[in-house]
Amino acid sequence: MKKQMQLVQCTVNGKEVAEYVDVRESLLEMLRNRLGLTSVKKGCEVGECGACTVIVDGETIDSCIYLAVWAEGKNIRTLEGLEKNGELTRIQEAFIEEGAIQCGFCTPGFVMSATVLLERGEKLSREAIKKQMSGNLCRCTGYHNIINAVEKVMDENFEKKDET
Amino acid sequence: MVGKSVPRVDAYDKVTGRAKFTDDLIPDKCLTAKVYHAKIGNGIVKSIDTTEAEALDGVVKVVTFKDVPDHCYPTPGHPWSVELAHQDIADRNLLTGRVRYYGDDIAAVVAEDEVTASRALKLIKVEYEEYPVEIHPRKSMYGSRPPIHFDKKDNVLARSNYFIGNVEEGLKQSDTVVKRSYKTPIVQHCHIENPISYAYMEKGRIVVVTSTQIPHIVRRVIGQALGIPWGKIRVIKPYIGGGFGNKQDVLYEPLNAFLTTQVGGRPVKLDVSREETFCNTRTRHSIEYDLTAGVDQEGHLLAKDMMAYSNQGAYASHGHAIAANGLTAWRLQYACPNIRGEAYTVYTNTPVGGAMRAYGIPQAAFAIECFMDDIAAEIHMDPLEFRRRNLIEGYYEDAYLKPIAANTNGIFECLKKGADYIHWDEKRKEYANQTGFIRRGVGMSLFCYKTGVWPISLEIAGARLVLNQDGSMQLQLGATEIGQGADTVFSQMAAETLHMDVEDIHIQSFQDTDVTPFDTGAYASRQSFVTGTAVRQCAELMYQKILDYARTLLPNEKRTLSLDHGYIYAEKEPVISLEEVALESYYSLTNSSAITAEVSTQVKKNTIATGCCFAEVEVDIKLGKIRILNIINVHDSGKLINPQLAEMQVHGGMSMGMGYGLSEQLLLDEKTGRPLNGTLLDYKLMTALDTPDLKADFVELEDPMGPYGNKALGEPPAIPCAPAIRNAVLHATGVAFSEIPLTPQRLIEGFQKAGLL
Repeated sequence: MKKQMQLVQCTVNGKEVAEYVDVRESLLEMLRNRLGLTSVKKGCEVGECGACTVIVDGETIDSCIYLAVWAEGKNIRTLEGLEKNGELTRIQEAFIEEGAIQCGFCTPGFVMSATVLLERGEKLSREAIKKQMSGNLCRCTGYHNIINAVEKVMDENFEKKDET
Repeated sequence: MVGKSVPRVDAYDKVTGRAKFTDDLIPDKCLTAKVYHAKIGNGIVKSIDTTEAEALDGVVKVVTFKDVPDHCYPTPGHPWSVELAHQDIADRNLLTGRVRYYGDDIAAVVAEDEVTASRALKLIKVEYEEYPVEIHPRKSMYGSRPPIHFDKKDNVLARSNYFIGNVEEGLKQSDTVVKRSYKTPIVQHCHIENPISYAYMEKGRIVVVTSTQIPHIVRRVIGQALGIPWGKIRVIKPYIGGGFGNKQDVLYEPLNAFLTTQVGGRPVKLDVSREETFCNTRTRHSIEYDLTAGVDQEGHLLAKDMMAYSNQGAYASHGHAIAANGLTAWRLQYACPNIRGEAYTVYTNTPVGGAMRAYGIPQAAFAIECFMDDIAAEIHMDPLEFRRRNLIEGYYEDAYLKPIAANTNGIFECLKKGADYIHWDEKRKEYANQTGFIRRGVGMSLFCYKTGVWPISLEIAGARLVLNQDGSMQLQLGATEIGQGADTVFSQMAAETLHMDVEDIHIQSFQDTDVTPFDTGAYASRQSFVTGTAVRQCAELMYQKILDYARTLLPNEKRTLSLDHGYIYAEKEPVISLEEVALESYYSLTNSSAITAEVSTQVKKNTIATGCCFAEVEVDIKLGKIRILNIINVHDSGKLINPQLAEMQVHGGMSMGMGYGLSEQLLLDEKTGRPLNGTLLDYKLMTALDTPDLKADFVELEDPMGPYGNKALGEPPAIPCAPAIRNAVLHATGVAFSEIPLTPQRLIEGFQKAGLL
C-alpha cells in the first residue's frame, strides 16, 4: 500500500497554506505534524473528547475525524491564531481570571468552542451554554469555572451592546 | 503570598496553547511503537509468528515476550523500600507469554510510522491455550488451576486484618445490630491526555520523556525492569494532561526504554490510545464490603466489623495498599470501642487496579457513609445527628500507625456549613413523606484523609533555589505539576518565606531526573505538605545565605539585616538592593560565589484532613433519573495556600465524585474479562451538561504539622459526593441502593423491587 499524497491549499490562522498530505491523514495530524500547531490536542482520535477542536469556516469541528483533504479552500483557525502580539482575546483572559485552567490539555479545545459561541453573538442561558460546550470533555475542573468564563464574556458583550 | 488567589503561573502558556506536553516534543523521524495485545482473557501463548510483520516495508523491529528480560519488576509509584519485606510486588514482565487478562501485552512492533506499526500488528499470528476466565474476586480467591500468578496459589495477593477491643462482645451489648453489603464499580481516571512517552539513547544512557506524575520513580522502575543501573536512565516530565493516579504507576515507560535499546538508540514513541488507556493502563479497584455494626439506644456505635474484597485484576500494581487504606479509614473519625477490619485483595483476569484519586477511600467511604445512613434509618434517627453523636471532636490519632492524627479537626464546622447551605433540617422534614413519581431528597456524607504516606511509606522531598543576577530566583523541584496547581503554590510558598513577589520566583516546571532534586512525585495529596516543607526549609536557608553574603558587602553594618521585596534592610533602613547583592555574588572580583540553596528533607509527620458533601436531588422514579439540584463540598484542609486553586481542585473532585455516583463504570464481559465500554463515548463521565452548579467551601484551621498550616486537598474532594447522592436518593425514595453508579437501569430495578413501580 503506497502512500497517496494530495495537495491541500487552505487558510490557517489567516495565512495561505499549501501542503502535500497523505489522503488518509486527519486535519489534526496535518495541523500538528506538518504545521507545528501543537495547541491542537489529541485525546481520543475518534471525536469523543473535543481536545482537538478547531474552527473550520466558522464552525467548531473535531479535527481528528476530519480529513486533511477536506480542508481544501477552507478557513481554519487554531488557538495559536487568537493571541495577537501578546494580547489575549477576552475569552482567553476570562479563562485565567475565572480559574478555568488546570492541566491545560483540554483548554485549547474549550477556548475554540467558546470563541465560536461568543462570535455568534447570541445571548444564551447558563444551561444553553453548558449544552453548547458539552462536546468538550474536561476531567480537572468540573466545568464550573469554564462555564463561568464563557458566561462572563457573553454578559460583557451584551452590556457593551446595550451601551451602544 | 500564601493565602492569596494569585493566577496560575502556567495559565498564560496553557491558554495560548504554548505549554508543551510530551506529544508536542516528539523529535523528527521518531519511530512509532505499538503493542500487540492478547485476544483471550486467560491462558498461555503456544506459538507466535512474527515473520510477516517483520517483512512489512517500514517495520524496523518486532519483539515478543521471548526477547525481554526474564525477571519481574514492580510498577506502583511508591518510594522504594530498602527492606525486603516492604518492597512492592514484582509480578510483571515487559511482555508476557502467560496471558492474565484480555489485552495483556505479548509483543511490540517498532515501525517508521503509525500506519505501518498498526498494519504490522495485524500480521502477527498467535496461538493460545486458553484457561477459564474469572473476573470476580470472591470466586477467584478460592483458587484456579493454574493460579493467575504461580506464587499465589489461591489468587489472594494479600490479606490484612486488625482488631480493636472485642467486636463480638460489643455486638452482644448492642440494642440494634445492622448488617449490609455494598459494592463499588471499576472506574477509570480519564485524564484527557492519554499516557504517552518517547525514548532514545544518548551517551550510552536511555532518556525517556513521559507523561508521568512520578519521574524519579519511573527512573528507578525502568532500571529494575531492564536490569541496568538506575544512573543510566534519565526521565523528563513535561506538562501533563492530568493523571489522577493512573500516571502514579509506571505504565509503558520500561517497554519504551527497552524498545529504543532494540533499535540502536533511535527515538521511539509509545503513544497509548484511549481504548488502551481503559484496558491496559490502570483502573480504580472495584471493592465489595460486608459491614456489621451494633449501636445502643442513644445511637452510639458499640462495635463494627468490615470485610472487604478488592478486585486487583491481573497484576499487583498498587495492590493491597488500596484495600488496606480503606481498612484504616474504617477505624478513624468515628468513636467506637470495638472494631474489626479484614481485607482481601484478589487477582482476577481483569484490567489492573491501581491508584486513583484518594487511594481506596472513595470505595471505603461509599460503603461506610451509606452504612451510616442505613443504621440511622434502622434506629429512626436523623443521619446527620447519628454521625454527630459518633464523630470524634478535636484531636484523635490512629490506633496503629503513629503519628497519623487529626492534629486539627474541623469536621463539625464543615457539617454546619454544609447543613446550612442545603437547609438540612427544613428539607429533611419537607421531603419526609412524599408520594408520586417525582420526589426530592437531601443526603450527606463525610470522610477523613491522611496527608501523604508516612509512616506506611517514606516521605522525602527536595528543593533547590538559585539566586539569579537580577535578584529573581529559580525554584527547582522533583515534585510535579499535574494540573492541580503545584507550581503555583510552591512559587507562593517560596515567595512567602523569602518576602518576594511571586513573579520573581521562576519555577522549573519540567522535571528532569538528571537535574531536579529527588522527590517521589504527585500522589497521596502529599506535595503541598511534604514538598512544601522542603520548599520552606530551602527558602529559609536561601534567606539566610543572602543575608550572610550581604553582610560581607556591608562590613561596617552592625544592625540586624532582613530581606523584603528586593531590598536588604538594616533594621528598618534599606541598605542595599537584592539585585546588587546578586550581581556581586556572581561577579565580585574579590568574593564571588553564586548563591544557591538546596535541601533534601525527610518528613516524619502526617495529619488528617476532613470534609463533607451535602446534596439535594430530584428523582424521577419512572425514568430512573437523578437530577442534582444543589451540591456542596466543605473541606477542612488547613490553611489554603491559594483559595481560587483550592476551589478549582474541589470542583474537579466533585465532578469525579458525581460521575462515580451516577454514571461511571467500566463494564467487563463475563466470559473474557474484556472491557465492553472502554471508550469516552460509552464510558459515561460527566459533561458540562450533566454538571450542576458546584459549591465549594472551606474551614481553615491552621494545622501545626503543615509547613504553612496546610494539609491534604488534592484528592479528598473526589471522596464524598457519591455516597451523599446515594443517601439523598434514599431520603427521596426510601430505597437504599447498595451499589453505584446509580444508572437508570439500576434505579428502575431498585424501584421495582421496592414496589415503587
